[in-house]
Formats: sequence, C-alpha cells, structure tokens
Amino acid sequence: MPVKKNMSLKKNPMPTQDPAVRAHNFNEVALGYDEATALDEAARCLNCKNPACVSGCPVNIHIPEFISKVAEGDFEGAYQVIHQSSSLPAVCGRVCPQETQCESKCVRGIKGEPVGIGRLERFVADWHNTYATEKPTVPAPNGHKVAIVGSGPSGLTCAGDLAKEGYAVTVFEALHVAGGVLMYGIPEFRLPKAIVQKEVDTLKAMGVEMMTNVVIGKTITVDELFEDGYEAVFIGSGAGLPRFMGIPGESLKGVYSANEFLTRNNLMKAYREGSATPVMEARKVAVVGGGNVAMDAARTALRLGADEVSIIYRRSMEELPARREEVEHAMEEGIQFRLLNNPVEILGYNNPDDRRDPKNGFVRGIRCIRMELGEPDAKGRRRPVEVPGSEFELDVDCVIMSIGTSPNPLIKSTTKGLDVNSHGGIIVEEKTGLTSREGVYAGGDAVTGAATVILAMGAGKTAARAIDEYLKNK
Amino acid sequence: MYRIVHKKVLNPTVVMMDIEAPLVARKALAGQFIILRVDEEGERIPLTVAGTDPEAGTVKIIFQMVGATTDALGRKEEGESIQDFVGPLGKPTETEGLRKVCVVGGGVGCAIALPVAQRLHELGCEVHTIVGFRSKDLLILEDEFRACSDKLTIMTDDGSYGRQGVVTVPLKEAIEAGETYDEVITIGPLIMMKFVVATTKPYGIKTVVSMNPIMIDGTGMCGGCRLTVGGKTMFACVDGPDFDGFEVDFDEAMSRSTMYRDFEQHAREAECNLYKKEVK
Repeated sequence: MPVKKNMSLKKNPMPTQDPAVRAHNFNEVALGYDEATALDEAARCLNCKNPACVSGCPVNIHIPEFISKVAEGDFEGAYQVIHQSSSLPAVCGRVCPQETQCESKCVRGIKGEPVGIGRLERFVADWHNTYATEKPTVPAPNGHKVAIVGSGPSGLTCAGDLAKEGYAVTVFEALHVAGGVLMYGIPEFRLPKAIVQKEVDTLKAMGVEMMTNVVIGKTITVDELFEDGYEAVFIGSGAGLPRFMGIPGESLKGVYSANEFLTRNNLMKAYREGSATPVMEARKVAVVGGGNVAMDAARTALRLGADEVSIIYRRSMEELPARREEVEHAMEEGIQFRLLNNPVEILGYNNPDDRRDPKNGFVRGIRCIRMELGEPDAKGRRRPVEVPGSEFELDVDCVIMSIGTSPNPLIKSTTKGLDVNSHGGIIVEEKTGLTSREGVYAGGDAVTGAATVILAMGAGKTAARAIDEYLKNK
Repeated sequence: MYRIVHKKVLNPTVVMMDIEAPLVARKALAGQFIILRVDEEGERIPLTVAGTDPEAGTVKIIFQMVGATTDALGRKEEGESIQDFVGPLGKPTETEGLRKVCVVGGGVGCAIALPVAQRLHELGCEVHTIVGFRSKDLLILEDEFRACSDKLTIMTDDGSYGRQGVVTVPLKEAIEAGETYDEVITIGPLIMMKFVVATTKPYGIKTVVSMNPIMIDGTGMCGGCRLTVGGKTMFACVDGPDFDGFEVDFDEAMSRSTMYRDFEQHAREAECNLYKKEVK
C-alpha cells in the first residue's frame, strides 16, 4: 500500500507532562505518540535504498523496514522487525541518544529535522506491550548452556539473542530484581519500572532463567559456572564503585554518590510515602557532574521536594556530556546550572557549644571555585583551570557526587586469568567481546566504564554472536 | 524465598535464626556478611554471618531487634520465609597463621565474634576471649564461647554477671601482664571498638575491627558504606568489613551511622503500632 510522504521539515513533537506539574511527581515525563501522530511521523521516512540510519544503530535495527510497517498501520509487524535486532525496544525508544546515533545519519536531517526514529520505536514497543496477545515463540533447545552475569542492558541483550538461537540461558543477578541499571539507576520518570519488568518478563517467556540474589564472584565463581555445565559465560556486571573528588567533607551526612541516591529512590522506592528505605529530605541540593546520571539525580532531588537544585559542572554548557533533551527537560523544571564551577570543600555543621546538637556532622554548604577554559586536552576538550581567588560558598544541605564510577572488583578478584586494564575494566577483543579466558566474554560498563544503555546492548549482541560461533564450532 | 528452619530467642531483644540458603551456606566464612529483605516492600539490611551448616544448607544469623526491619524479622516464626537473602559478601576475616589472638566482642557483636573465635580455635590458635554485655539478662552464647576459648572473660556494665566494667579493662590487664597477642580482633559497637583500638595502640598490637555501616547493595555499587581508613575512602562491602583498627576514622563512622536516626525512630514506632493493631 503506497503511503503519501509527509515532507514537513519538523519532527512531530513529543507530548510531555507540563514542567510545573512533573517537577513534583515521578510519572513519566514524555507521554509518547498516539497512533495518528505515529502514522504522520512514519510518513516522513523516505525508505532510503541505502539506509544510513541503520549503520548509526549499535544493534542495527532495520529502521526503514519497521517505519514502513508503522506507516502501513501494521504496528505489530513493526514490533517484530525491531525485535529481530533488539531485545529491549521499549527501553531503547526512551533512553537511547538517537540524536547522535540513527537520527544523526537520517537524510531528512540534512534539510530540516530527522525522522523521529526513537519516538516511533517507543510507540511501536508500547503498542505491542499494550495490545499484543501472542506469547513469544520458544525456540527448540540446542542443548548448550550459557551463563550471563548481570541483568542490565548488556546481559539482557546477550541473553535474548542466545535464547533466540535455542541456548539454555541463565542470568545471574546480585540484586533482588532483574534489570540492573534500568531498575536501580534510571529514574521512573524517564523509564517506568513496569516497562523494564515487561521486557524482563518477555525474556522469561522465551525460556531465559533469571536467578536473582546471586553474586557471581562471591556466591558462585566463574570457574564454578563451568563446573556446573555452562559452556560459556558473559560478564555484564556493570559499572562499580562511585568516584569521589577527594575534597574535604565528602563523608559528611548529606553527601551521597549518585548511585546511592538513585538506588534508594529507583530500586528501593524511598520516594514513596511509607517506604522502609530512607532518603534525606533535602532543601537545597548541589549535584556535582554533568552527565545523564547527574541530570537524573538532580531531577529526582527536585521531585523529592527540594526548593533549589543546582548542577555544578566545571566546564561550560558546550562540553556538558548529558543528552540535550535531558538538559532541556531539567532546565524547564527549574534545575539551575552553575557552569564553570568546581567544588573545593563540602562544609559541615559543627556546634562548638553542643556536641550533641543533632545537626552536627550534616552538610551546611559547599565551597566552589570559578573555572575558565584553557588549552584543549588529549580528547580535544578544553581543560578547565581555576580562577585564582574566585572561591565562593553556596548554602546547601545535600551534595550528590555524580562524577563517574570505577569497575566492580568482585569478579576480577575471584577469576584467575581474567585480564583487566589499568582502570580495572575487563580487557576484551573488540569484535567478539572475548576476554583473556576461553569461553568467557564481557561487555558493557564492566569493560568500558560508564557509558550508555545502547552501547552496552551492542556489546551484549556482539558477544552473543561470538558465543554462538564458539559453541557451534567447539 | 528463604525459609527459617530454626529460630531461638537468645535474650529479650536478640534472636538467632537458621535460614535455608544452600548457595550461601556452601561459601560463607567467618567475618563475611549477607544482605536480606524481610518482605517485598522491605529495606535491604546487612547482617554478619554467625555460622553455617553447609550440609543442611543453612546460614545462622543473630540479630538485635533495634529497628523496624529487625523487629519485623524477629517476629517471623520457624517455618516462615523471608523475601531475599544474598551473600556471602565482603572478605572473610584473616585467620591463617595466627598463634595467639584476643577476640573482644560487645553485645550482639559477640554473635559475629563467635565464628571468628571458633575458626581460630579450629586452626590451633590460642584464643583468649573477652565479651561484654550491659547485664546478665543480655548475655548470649556463653557455652559456645567457652568451648572455643582457652580463656574467657565475661564483663557486665552493672556487675550482674562475671566482672563489672568494660572490655578494655581486662584487655589492658592481659597485655600488661605480658600476654603477647599476634592480633586483637574486635567486633561490637563502634564506641567499644574505638576504645579497644585506643587500648592496644600504645602497645602496637595489630587490631582488626569489623565495620557494619549503612549499606544498600553490598556489592560495590552504591558507595553508601564508605569509611575513611588511613586517610583514604574505602568501602566496607568490598574492601572490608574488616579493617586495620589503627587506621579507621571512628568519629566519622559514628557520625555517619546516625544519618537516618530520626527516620529510623519514626519507622520503628510505626512498625510497633502496626504490630499492636495486629495483636488486638
């Protein structure tokens, strides 16, 4: 059925909750396209013969193919196309940085805005999750067992791809729910947990076994997995310990790592009335860092009821690494951006007259110094340098450090012959994800350090292909 | 779900449970800990392992009912189950090569000191144990300590049993009397461990302390359990829970442990009120 092309230069805008309202709730910010909007947006795709968008996707979704199904109104057909390449469409449609991936290659973007590929992906996945009744097909078992360590984006992707090939896949998760960073890290207002749960349930329906409360490297070692009959292991254990700046005052009460702050809220639901897990009721919050995680922490703090939340970042807006969309959403909600500022000390309350003053040991402020941009560093980013004598204090009662993580040491320290680099990241062959141990593959943040969901998924996919090759030829 | 195979009330606020968790039982060593959640809406709390029976597939925990979560756990009965139980986490206490050790436990911390003393005893180490309680009613595990200690000193704050006074008194006496310990291993309230360290430091006797800070995941992700040790930030969940007592910043750890004091008080009151309603 020929579909009339829509030559509008603009993408259909994403409907969102009003900023003034959403700043006080944890419901999803972006509301998603309705059917009419999806049909209209899909008609903007030119269905290029050589689709550049596909090469921009780390998991190579057949983008024009799924969009033409949408344009025809065959939404389930569109889902099936995406599902061939991606195990987590509803997640990717929400958290992928499409603007630097598929959409950055779109021909329509040369003159005007690219096709809203991410928004269409989300629409298709949500449509499927709402209306589809068919159970996913369980492939015939091929007799091989594979263990996946960690149930974040790389692990789930690897598990899904292997399950499709008939492998008996077990995913081991240290926490009490599967999903990894999708559950504990990314907030409800950006990625509702029910959606992650749905994706996990789809994998379970495909025969993937999820073993929660098992810490590989502690409860069971990688070597024991092989003894138990697993023929290959994929390590997708994610990023690990949060980094701190090493400035005075980081152990004061009211200083969180972004990981802790987000885990309390996302995994443990501390934002809910009556939650068993506490989180501080902060009034004025400073979030140190400029990545997506910093944006998530700042916007969570605001939703918990803080009067004032600022991002403190040592470079300028141009270098700020968070997605534009997240920065714009944060600004609309009233997050302040204190750019070219760097903390030098976190100040604590200390009543010299009363040792038992309950406020003692809590944060009362943060001292920062102004920065200016100097010469570019090795990566080409202009290096921030301190402006002498420009120190100033901000009145805050909570500081959230969001300056990155270093890889988790648990698996490395209990797996002989597993080589890691100087940062602690597992060393792998780029094309396969193979580590220094036969049959052991790795991917995601455990290899690269903190990166994006879709890159981790790409790594899970690469490893799944390599594991399949390895076991078929073994 | 993890079944409570056996439950025993040790004193009015301290409860012992054997939990069915075969994978953990197979691995857990003295000094390591587990994290549990009582029910689906529960918080994650760390508890140090008080013993294991690998053949039965059970892990022993001993805990004091001090807050909403431990109260709820303490009210669970034999045969009931708890939602989540994961471990073993942290590094085991280093016991190899020690010939003579003084184990100093305080209050419910004695539950954790016991497996360490037992392990040392098995390895042929001479074990002197000092345990302290507020009063006789709160004394736990006396027979068990006696069985694995070459010398056992029991202290109570009020003198209702054993000697009256704090644990550092007999410790200092023993050192002064010429006992030459390879190590002192101490587990108990932060303030007690701080004073044990203050007692041993002048003599330069290596002192290992077991830290139990606020924790969420327990696997090296959240960073909530950080401590300052030797001027550096360390994480109790993956770098500990045992640390060189001379290097630990106890004042900071004590301050951090009170971060949620108000919340915990309210939560406990709410839990108690709920329980009262159930009883009626």
